Amino acid sequence: MGLATGRSAVIDSFARRHRFRAFEATPWVLAVAGYFLLPGYLPLGAQIFATILFVLSTDLVLGYAGIVTLGQAAFFGTGAYTAGILAANGWGEPISDLVAAAAMAGLVGLLSGLIILRTTGLALLMQTLIVATMLYELANKAGRWTGGDDGLQGMEVWPIFGVFRFDLFGHAAYIYSLVVLSIGWFAARRIVNSPFGRSLTGARENVARMRAIGAPVARRLLTIYAISAMMAGAAGALIAQTTSFVGLTSLSLERSGNALIMLIIGGVGRLYGAFLGVPLFMIAQDRFSEIDPVYWYFWIGALMVAVVLFARGGVLGLIERLRR
Amino acid sequence: MTEAALETRGLSKSFGALRVANSIDFRLEKGARHALIGPNGAGKTSFVNLLTGALQPSDGTIHLNGADITHLSQSARVKHGLARTFQINTLFRGLCALENVTLAIAEREGVAGTLLRPAGRHRAIIEEAFDLLASLGLADAALEPVGVLAYGRQRLVEIAVALGLAPKVLLLDEPAAGIPSGESGVILAMLERLPPEISILIIEHDMDLVFRLATTITVLVQGSVLIEGPPDAIADDLRVREVYLGDRRR
Repeated sequence: MGLATGRSAVIDSFARRHRFRAFEATPWVLAVAGYFLLPGYLPLGAQIFATILFVLSTDLVLGYAGIVTLGQAAFFGTGAYTAGILAANGWGEPISDLVAAAAMAGLVGLLSGLIILRTTGLALLMQTLIVATMLYELANKAGRWTGGDDGLQGMEVWPIFGVFRFDLFGHAAYIYSLVVLSIGWFAARRIVNSPFGRSLTGARENVARMRAIGAPVARRLLTIYAISAMMAGAAGALIAQTTSFVGLTSLSLERSGNALIMLIIGGVGRLYGAFLGVPLFMIAQDRFSEIDPVYWYFWIGALMVAVVLFARGGVLGLIERLRR
Repeated sequence: MTEAALETRGLSKSFGALRVANSIDFRLEKGARHALIGPNGAGKTSFVNLLTGALQPSDGTIHLNGADITHLSQSARVKHGLARTFQINTLFRGLCALENVTLAIAEREGVAGTLLRPAGRHRAIIEEAFDLLASLGLADAALEPVGVLAYGRQRLVEIAVALGLAPKVLLLDEPAAGIPSGESGVILAMLERLPPEISILIIEHDMDLVFRLATTITVLVQGSVLIEGPPDAIADDLRVREVYLGDRRR
């Protein structure tokens, strides 16, 4: 950055920050290569893409808008159950179910956000947790629709466009999830680079100053909260559709918490933290549970402590520091 | 009487038994260089918070260019041309100086809520922000995160963000606070160059700065106006000497 000095050079370097850079192609190249090179892992790949979308939705609220949340699963679960209940009750057309799931999750985000975004900090954190917990109990009690503790069974997801069937090998699931993730990523990227997105970052950096320059901060936070909820709902729908199952864990605190852990490992507020954090978390989970099947979560915790102490900004933060 | 840039009538604010503003009648004339001084705890910053809408008054009215803004939100007051700076730097520390000012201009231009075009494509806004920084001698700091700049330069960015709003009335809350008094000349020189059509109310403890800039001084003591007048009258007033200048430290 220190090289840019002249007026137009400085302005250009600032104005070009939203342009695509070569490294941004990496996840997509790897995803396409994975389809051909690792045919046995396609169902797992589809899960990873959906989880990345979910963690990306967390990054939008936490990393960019500074809304600390422990309740992102509320929207993931809402989306999963919406798509699941529709598919189990005679409407299994995947794309319209996905849209309905995102819309329903967005609505839950909007309505809950209207109430809870009036608070900040710890109070807000607790309220996000409460919203997710209430929905969890609601799904538990409404067993007739959700299957309660046993989970929702009997989903019949129709082929995509009436042609591409969700099968055991996961070809359709892989490509479908990848396409939805790329749409979500593109939307998120547009949002964070827009004046609206920058103003959210301003509110994260200093909300008092954002108000003092005349920004309607509350409305902007509510908008991003609803958008993020829609994205989380789409992620939930993806998992429901590609596994034909929805369990109560889709609304659990553990799911919200894991999303935070994945995001922190990858790097918060950097858009690509989700793309790194999710695979790293899954690899770590796999390795740790092999070494220590009972206490593997302890090692995930130890990894978190190490990241927070020695690698603030996660893996992406480390890379940024090494490049300087 | 001509319309004032900013006027309060009977403005009061209490926190329980504590009265931080006690029926303040105050006029800021158009184009004024008006200073508000007073000992610590006199209620100067509370007065600014009432003017900007960060605090709601218990009683009284506030008019901006003749329009009643008493019940308007903070952001609506900014749209009417009222901008402020903060006593303690209140900046977007992790963002570069250029972005700090860009955010303010984008709000002023009404594009800050938009999603369609990337922020970088609003080039006119970025150019204006850069030119504003350059006019304050901050061109070389444009791409530096504000948090790493020297404190004095952060004070300049603090003012640049407010100027980005193209205010009609500018409230400066101790612009020289935290700067060694020998270096406050940079701030003074900059304030002297501000366009005369901006009406300025400055709160400041640095008396050199106050007496060199202000043409009117209001002294606030315990939430009430003690006296108002031109600088020499204030400097000679016995009551002012007693409550304020008597224990001046700078």
